[in-house]
Amino acid sequence: MENAIELRHITKTFGSVTANRDVTMSVRKGEILSLLGENGSGKTTLMNMISGIYYPDGGEILVGGKLVEIRSPKDAYALSIGMVHQHFKLIDVFTAVENIALVMDKHEKYDLKAIREKARAICEKYAFDIDLDQKVYEMSVSQKQTLEIIKMLYRGAQILILDEPTAVLTPQETERLFAVMRNMKHDGKSIIIITHKLHEVLEISDRVAILRKGEYAGTVDTAEATEASLTELMVGKKVELNIERPEPVNRHLRLSVHNLSVTNAEGVKVLDSVSFEAFSGEILGIAGVSGNGQKELLEAIAGLQNADAGSSVVYFPDDDRDSTAEQLIGKTPRDIRNMGVHLSFVPEDRLGMGLVGSMGMVDNMMLKSYGAGRSPIADRRAPRHLAEEIKEELAVVTPSISTPVSRLSGGNVQKVLVGREIAASPSVLMTAYAVRGLDINTSYTIYHLLNEQKKKGVSIIYVGEDLDVLIDLCDRILVLCGGRNNGVVDGRKTNKEEVGLLMTRLQEKGGAA
Amino acid sequence: MTSAAHAAHEPLIRVIKRGEVPSTRRKIAVRLAAIALALVIDALFIYFVTGLNPLSVYGVMIGGTFSTSMRFSWAMRDLASLLLIGIALAPAFKMRFWNIGAEGQVLMGALATAAVMVNLGGRVSSWLLFAAMLAASILAGALWGFIPAWFKARFGTNETLFTLMMNYVAIQIVACCVNIWRGQASGLGKLNMKTKAGWFPQLFGQRYTINLIVVVVLMVLVFCYLRYSKQGYEIAVVGESENTARYAGINVGRVIIRTMILSGALCGLTGFLIVGGRDQTISTGTAGGNGFTAIIVAWLAKFNTFTMALISFLLIFLEKGAAEIASAYNLNDYASDIIAGIILFCILGSEFFINYKVVLRGHHKEVR
Repeated sequence: MENAIELRHITKTFGSVTANRDVTMSVRKGEILSLLGENGSGKTTLMNMISGIYYPDGGEILVGGKLVEIRSPKDAYALSIGMVHQHFKLIDVFTAVENIALVMDKHEKYDLKAIREKARAICEKYAFDIDLDQKVYEMSVSQKQTLEIIKMLYRGAQILILDEPTAVLTPQETERLFAVMRNMKHDGKSIIIITHKLHEVLEISDRVAILRKGEYAGTVDTAEATEASLTELMVGKKVELNIERPEPVNRHLRLSVHNLSVTNAEGVKVLDSVSFEAFSGEILGIAGVSGNGQKELLEAIAGLQNADAGSSVVYFPDDDRDSTAEQLIGKTPRDIRNMGVHLSFVPEDRLGMGLVGSMGMVDNMMLKSYGAGRSPIADRRAPRHLAEEIKEELAVVTPSISTPVSRLSGGNVQKVLVGREIAASPSVLMTAYAVRGLDINTSYTIYHLLNEQKKKGVSIIYVGEDLDVLIDLCDRILVLCGGRNNGVVDGRKTNKEEVGLLMTRLQEKGGAA
Repeated sequence: MTSAAHAAHEPLIRVIKRGEVPSTRRKIAVRLAAIALALVIDALFIYFVTGLNPLSVYGVMIGGTFSTSMRFSWAMRDLASLLLIGIALAPAFKMRFWNIGAEGQVLMGALATAAVMVNLGGRVSSWLLFAAMLAASILAGALWGFIPAWFKARFGTNETLFTLMMNYVAIQIVACCVNIWRGQASGLGKLNMKTKAGWFPQLFGQRYTINLIVVVVLMVLVFCYLRYSKQGYEIAVVGESENTARYAGINVGRVIIRTMILSGALCGLTGFLIVGGRDQTISTGTAGGNGFTAIIVAWLAKFNTFTMALISFLLIFLEKGAAEIASAYNLNDYASDIIAGIILFCILGSEFFINYKVVLRGHHKEVR
């Protein structure tokens, strides 16, 4: 079969870090190729060189059998290469059509009617479901992604690169995307999809190319691959794919959430009378399509988000229900800490909330504890000690403990954050998307850390997006839908279909409307 | 056709980021190279445009600061004002609070000082007078810093516009007071000319020696405050991300207000030193644009107060040198400013080469 694109000995370095070393691989015409690899294995860098964002330090790129130089995204367009990035490049206040107009060729006339017609034809051809006159800020994540793909097709892309497209989609949306991808493939287009999710790789692709630590580890036909064989290629050694789930011991009530509601700045009720209980020694999973109140739920408990009147979050330090129960609503994070409640929180936005990107590990260790004591001088001895310890125990890869954490890879950033939160010996540990964007090895390190805490009697609230993991890891799973508690299921008895349904269809229950 | 064109050429110039942390030796080498390059370009300019001998022009330029002890002393006097404002801006800038209002904060401090001199001069003991001048200047500067900070913390107003506008309010207040004080005279001369009340005592023959001592002490204090204190840590966290600060339990509004009171108070103190130790009078030009130049100083030094001293010195040196060239050779100001500007441009531009390198076409194949 003919090659759409061929890479020969591609090398790219950033300072002393080699992102790609001597990568030689090819993509055929009319195939879906999965690009698989751990975090920091150089997948996105490699694709950025094809789409003109970076320029390789060495090697050659051939498109349609001809040697080419891709110096900018414009060159990539001219070669019919289009990439949909993880972070969308859309203008919020423009409609879909106006955004498409942005990629016009300079010879093309600015004629919105003609552009709409052409875009509509593309939508019909590949069965895209989108309203072309909708403004981008009114669109869901999945609609924005669809628009990005249409943009690329409008520009005449024959080779389409999708960078982790399913990370932000529900299972149903993922299915729809895959259907569209198959349509494009039948039309003779080549598609490269970057993903971490092995079952998706097996479902959608014809072949799988694997990168390991920036080097090419081989391409296999999907028909001959299994999850286990792909994992082995990816990490170089066999990894146990089962997540441990110890039985809860000494389980008693730790957190009682009652009628928790949050109204955001726009006046929308993002969290609507949510009630549930969390117990010590168990992992309570929170499932839901992203943006259904998960963020607000955790932030309200942590004192970072104002809850509506009537909300209640009561904390119980031990078995005795009445003696020392503490109301957490209406308290700031500092109040909560001063009450002696050890509440640890690993937020979704690691560098924007959990850590200070420009500071090293040492200064980040003291983020919550720097205020202790009366001295006006900040003590850095204990944090330095803790940083050394975490670096050692969690195998954090960093040049030094004073290197800004924003320079570390995503997995190492998360280890620093989780390490600090666990070091505070919490009684409640809340994590939001703790393994998002992490490779398999690091993900398992995190699962293991959570289980260790669970065995110590910590009450863990785990907001996750991968249903397989939620069902394997959690004792109970609370499903949020439209800001409401849409049901709590037993992790040992439920299945993906049940949780997926709860995520998307609001149950009618309790009172009117 | 397109692919043939692509095959033809790779980009002529590419920029590549260097390794993680540049070594000290490399930093020094790049800057020395920048100065050498600047001197060469300047020599060409001087020789071909003005027709003078570059070496003698350089000699005169250095003489602007170093030819006599008087000149050097003047340079130090001007450096003290500029550097102190830079130091005052450091905490606010570290918090990413763009305090463009130093000019106004200095003026308000100077005005408060002058008001105390005019009203209490000769009526109270000199120590009490100095204490009152100091307290008034700090309060006035702090107030001018507090107002925009409070609005920012309370309503989320834009501090850049707010502090900028506060400058003009301060200038008008000063103009008004100066008009009242001068009465029928054509200008406001030195205050308390006869009694010299509120004039700093002379140390080593100069009144502004005290200014220099205060600047050096504050340079060390503010450096330690930002680097080692808990409040300094809070400032850094708030500057990096307000969300992280809230997560850490920091009261963001309180830190913003506290830091701006400090920044404004230090600016006010500068006004006190200028009036008491340098000018002994006040006008709308008392701050002399240093409130704006100090932004460059603070920014280039990345809020490190010791680096600020070097950068302030460079700016003062170039300014004095340019003025000296202009008068010695009867050149017009533009020519001498170009000569100083080229040096500044090369030194600032060289920062880029500390973190990046440029690769020319055809060189990258060897990398493999």
